[in-house]
Amino acid sequence: MNIVLKYERLLRLRRPYAHTPERYGKYMAGIEQSKIRNFCIVAHIDHGKSTLADRIIEKTGLLTSREMQDQVLDNMELERERGITIKAQTVRTIYKARDGEEYVFNLIDTPGHVDFNYEVSRSLAACDGAILVVDAAQGIEAQTLANVYLALDHDLEVFPVINKIDLPSAEPERVKNEIEDVIGIEAQDAPLISAKNGIGIEEVLEAIVTKIPAPGGRSDAPLKALIFDSLYDSYKGVIVFCRIMEGSVKKGTSIRMMATGAKADVVEVGYFGAGQFIPCEELSAGMVGYITASIKNVKDTAVGDTVTDADNPCDEPLPGYKKVNSMVYCGVYPADGAKYPDLRDALEKLQLNDASLRYEPETSIALGFGFRCGFLGLLHLEIIQERLEREYNLDLVTTAPGVIYKVHRTDGEVIELTNPSNLPDPSQIEYMEEPVVSAEIMVTTEFIGPIMELCQTRRGKYLGMEYIEGTRALLKYELPLNEIIYDFFDALKSRSRGYASFDYELKGYELSELVKLDILINKEEVDALSFIVHKDSAYDRGRRMCEKLKDEIPRHLFEIPIQAAVGGKIIARETVKAMRKDVLAKCYGGDITRKKKLLEKQKEGKKRMRQIGSVEIPQKAFMSVLKLDDD
Amino acid sequence: MKKEADKKLGIYIHIPFCIRKCLYCDFLSVPAGVDEQARYAQALCREIETESRCYSDYEVESVYLGGGTPSLFPGEWIERIMDVLRRHYRLSAACEISMEANPGTLTWDKLKAIKAGGVNRLSIGLQSANDRELSALGRIHTWKDFLHSYELAAQAGFGNLNVDLMSGIPGQTLGSWEESLNRVRLLSPHPKHISAYSLIIEEGTPFFENRPELPEEDTEREMYKITRDILSDCGYGRYEISNYALPGYECRHNISYWRRKNYLGFGIGAASLIENVRFRNSSDRQAYEAFYLDGFQKIGGFGTKPVWDSVKEEKQLLSIEEQMEEFLFLGLRLSQGVNVGEFFRCFGRRIDEVYPGIVDDFCQKGLLQRRKSGKSLGTPEGGSARGIAPAFVFDGQEGDREAEEEWISLTDYGVDISNYVMAEFLLS
Repeated sequence: MNIVLKYERLLRLRRPYAHTPERYGKYMAGIEQSKIRNFCIVAHIDHGKSTLADRIIEKTGLLTSREMQDQVLDNMELERERGITIKAQTVRTIYKARDGEEYVFNLIDTPGHVDFNYEVSRSLAACDGAILVVDAAQGIEAQTLANVYLALDHDLEVFPVINKIDLPSAEPERVKNEIEDVIGIEAQDAPLISAKNGIGIEEVLEAIVTKIPAPGGRSDAPLKALIFDSLYDSYKGVIVFCRIMEGSVKKGTSIRMMATGAKADVVEVGYFGAGQFIPCEELSAGMVGYITASIKNVKDTAVGDTVTDADNPCDEPLPGYKKVNSMVYCGVYPADGAKYPDLRDALEKLQLNDASLRYEPETSIALGFGFRCGFLGLLHLEIIQERLEREYNLDLVTTAPGVIYKVHRTDGEVIELTNPSNLPDPSQIEYMEEPVVSAEIMVTTEFIGPIMELCQTRRGKYLGMEYIEGTRALLKYELPLNEIIYDFFDALKSRSRGYASFDYELKGYELSELVKLDILINKEEVDALSFIVHKDSAYDRGRRMCEKLKDEIPRHLFEIPIQAAVGGKIIARETVKAMRKDVLAKCYGGDITRKKKLLEKQKEGKKRMRQIGSVEIPQKAFMSVLKLDDD
Repeated sequence: MKKEADKKLGIYIHIPFCIRKCLYCDFLSVPAGVDEQARYAQALCREIETESRCYSDYEVESVYLGGGTPSLFPGEWIERIMDVLRRHYRLSAACEISMEANPGTLTWDKLKAIKAGGVNRLSIGLQSANDRELSALGRIHTWKDFLHSYELAAQAGFGNLNVDLMSGIPGQTLGSWEESLNRVRLLSPHPKHISAYSLIIEEGTPFFENRPELPEEDTEREMYKITRDILSDCGYGRYEISNYALPGYECRHNISYWRRKNYLGFGIGAASLIENVRFRNSSDRQAYEAFYLDGFQKIGGFGTKPVWDSVKEEKQLLSIEEQMEEFLFLGLRLSQGVNVGEFFRCFGRRIDEVYPGIVDDFCQKGLLQRRKSGKSLGTPEGGSARGIAPAFVFDGQEGDREAEEEWISLTDYGVDISNYVMAEFLLS
C-alpha cells in the first residue's frame, strides 16, 4: 500500500483514542519532566528488539491486547514482510510504576542494520537512555557492539536485558559475563526475559523508570528541538518528528530550521500513539512529539537539523547535524521512459521519509533519462528499489552499484566519481583513490580460516584478531568498500553457515590501481554496464560478466558478440548464437488459447527489453550481472 | 449474414485414456480401468446428444477422434459414439472421419468395427522406427508392433492412413531419423499423410523434470530440413509446419483449426470455436461425468445457461483484434500462408494498415515472403483453405484482384522461428 495513504488512514483512525479527555486529558497540560523517559532499544538484528517494543506497548496504557498487531512499530508493509525495521518509529505510552506514579514513556524504535547508521544515530540523539537487548543463546554480535558504542557516544544510559531465555540453548549467565567483559557495562542484574512469550516484561518497565534518567532542559528557555525524522502527509504537509531539548512549542509559534533556514508557523503539535498522531496543546522541554507547519517543501526539514523559535531563537544549534553521506551509488531508470516524471516525484516523496536517500538527474545512452541515486548501503538500495516498485508502481532498471572514487587529474583537480561513464581519459588521470572501511567480523573459531580466505580475495588487509571467549573471535580487516557492496554479506554467511556477523565503518580513502571495465554488446559499448574495478580483478570480473550476459540476452536473428574491454583492449568474449529454432509443439485439438498465451508471454518478454543498437537486452540483465556467483 | 445452409462444422472427440503415459506427453490422458472408461464413454455420448440441439443447422465436414489412445476403446464403443453422432448431426457425404490409434491396440475385429462405424482415416502414432528411441520416449510398442498394426489396418480397408513421427528425440541421430523417414515412406501401401513434429519438452512431463540428452540444436534443425527434402522427393507436400500429405490428402480437420473454421469439441478439455466464440470443456473428468450422467437426471434436462456454464469454461467472444491476430498466427502455420484479400474482406482493413511495416520488415529479414496467386509451393489445398467464417463481409470491395491474389507465408527460416514471427502479430 502507498505509505502516504496508509498514514492518512491512520490519521482518520486516531479519533477514538485522541478525544477521550478522561484518559489523556490530564497529560495534555504540563507534564513533569521527572516523569518522562525517552529511550530506545538497541540490538543485533533478530535479537528481538521489535518484539520487546511490542510487549512494552502492550503492557503499558495505550492499546489493549485485542488491538495489538504483532510488531506494531514496524509500520511499513515492506518492514513487516522482511521482519526488519527500516524507518525509525516512535510511540508514547503511559506506565503506572510500582511507586504509584504514572510515567510517560517515549519509545523510539531504531533500525538495526549497518546500512542505517545515521538513522540510528539521529534517533539516539533524541533519547536519554537505551535498552540493550542481547540474545541469551547467541550472545554479543557485531552489530550489538556497534550499536552500543553508538549509544554510549551519545552519552546514553545503557542497561542490558537478556532475551529469549526460554530457548533450550539459552545461557544467560554466560551472556551476562560476556556483556561485562566485552562491553564493560554492569549486567548481573539484567532482566531475564522472553519478549515473545511475555516473560519478565514488568521488570524491564521498572528498569526503564529507575535506570533511565529523566530529561533535562528548561522549558522557559528559547526553543531548541532536534528533528529526528519526518514524513509527508498530503493534507498536513511535512510532519516533523522532534525531541524538544529546551523551550516549548505550540500552535502559532513561528519556527525556523537552523540549518536550512526555512520558516513556518506551527499548525499543530502532538505526540505519537501506536501508528497514530494525537494532537496536544504544547510540547515542552524533554518531550518527544511532532510538529506540522504547512511545510510543503520536503527539503526544508533536514533530519538532524535544529528547530527554534523564529522570534526568540536559541544561541546555537544542537551538535551532531551532518549531511548524510551516501556510500553506494547506482543509476535508477524507469523501464518506460515516459514514466520519468513519476520516478522523480516518487523519489522526492521517498526522500522525505528517508533523509539518507540522495538523487540527481543523469542520462545514459543505453537507458535514457534517469537518476543517479546514493544509498547508505546495498540493503538500503534494495529497499528503495522495492518501495519505488511497490508503493509507486514503477518498473525500474538499475545499473551496477558503485562507490565514490576520487579521481586526481593531472591538472590538479579532484573529481568525486559516482558514475563510471564520467571517468576521464586515462591520460588525464594522475591517480585514483577508493573508499576503505574498517570491518569487524565476529565468527566462531572453526570458520576463521574460510572467512580470512574470503577477506584475502576481497583485497582485505588483516589488522588483527581478538578472542571473545574460547570459541569466538573478532576479526579486524580493512576492506575496500567496492569489494563488500556486492555480495560480501552473502558470501560471509555461506562460509560460516550463517554464524558470522559483520559491521563496518568508513575509514577513508586510499590509493588504488583502478580501471574502468566496459562491456560491448554487438560491438557497441553499453554505458550502463560499465563499472570501476581493481586492475587485478578486471579479467576475472570481465569474464564472468560476459558469461552472465550470455545467459541473459535472448537469441536474435543474428549472432551477438559480448565483450569485456579495459581501455579499448578486449579481455573477454562470449557469443550469443543466432536464433535457430522457436517452433511450437503439436497444437492439440484446436487448443488455440494455450498457443496464444505462449505467444503473449514471448511478446511480453520483448516489452521488458531495452534496445541497444539492434540488440534487445532484458532489463534484469542490468541488475543480475551484479550477482556474479563467487564459487 | 451467412445463409444457414453454409454453416460448416468440424467435430473433435477426446478420449483421455492410454495404457501408459509417454515421457514427453502433456496431453490430457491417463491410464484407467475399463469401468471408468465405460462411464466416460457414456458421458461422451450423452454430451454429443445433448449439445446437438444447438447445431441442427450445421453440416459436419470432419470428425476427429483424438486422445489419449482412442483405439483403446472396444470397437463397439466407437461404433456407438459414431452412431450417436450420425443420429444427431448432419454429416456431409464426403465427411472426413479420422481416428488416432496406437500400435498394439488394434485387432482385426476392432478395425472392422471402427470401419463399420464410419471412420475413414486412421492416424497411427509411430514416432520412430527405431526401437531404442521408442523405449527412450516411453512408448509401449516396437517397430514390429507398428508394422503389424499398419498392415492389419490396410487389410481392413483403411486406405487413408497417417503416420506420426517425431524428430529431435533422445538418442536420435541424423542417420536414424533418415531411416525412420525412409521406412515410413516406403511402407506398403504408402501412407497418405505423414506428421513430423519435433519434440518439445513441456512443463509437467517426466522429461521436464528429468531432462534427457537431446540431439544438438544444429543436428535437430538438419533433421527438420531433410524431412522436407526426403518427403517431397516422393510426393509428400508440406502443407503445414509439421504436416505432409500426398496431393488431396491434407487433413481437413487439421486445416480447419488454422483457417478458424467452426469446430466443436466433445469430452474433457476439448476446445471449441463457434462463430468467433471460443470455449472449452472442463478438464475435470469427475465433474464432467457427473454433469452429463447424474446431473441430467437431477436437473431434468439442459438448456439453462447457468448449468451449461459449469462444464463449459473459458468462454470468450473474440474481438475483431483477436480475430485478426488469430487469422495471422494460425494461418501462417500453413505453407500456403494467408491471403491478403481475404483479410480485407473479413475485417475491412488491410494487413499493412493494422500491422504497419511488420510484414515488410519480416520480408526483408527473410522470415516472411509475399507471393502472387493462390498456388502455394506445390501444395494444392482444394477448397479447404477458404471458407473461414468471417464476422462480416464487405461487398463491393471484391474488385481488388491484386489483393485476392496476394499471399503472405513463412520462409524456411521463418518456419524455424515461427513463434518469434507470430508473436509480432499480437495486437495487445
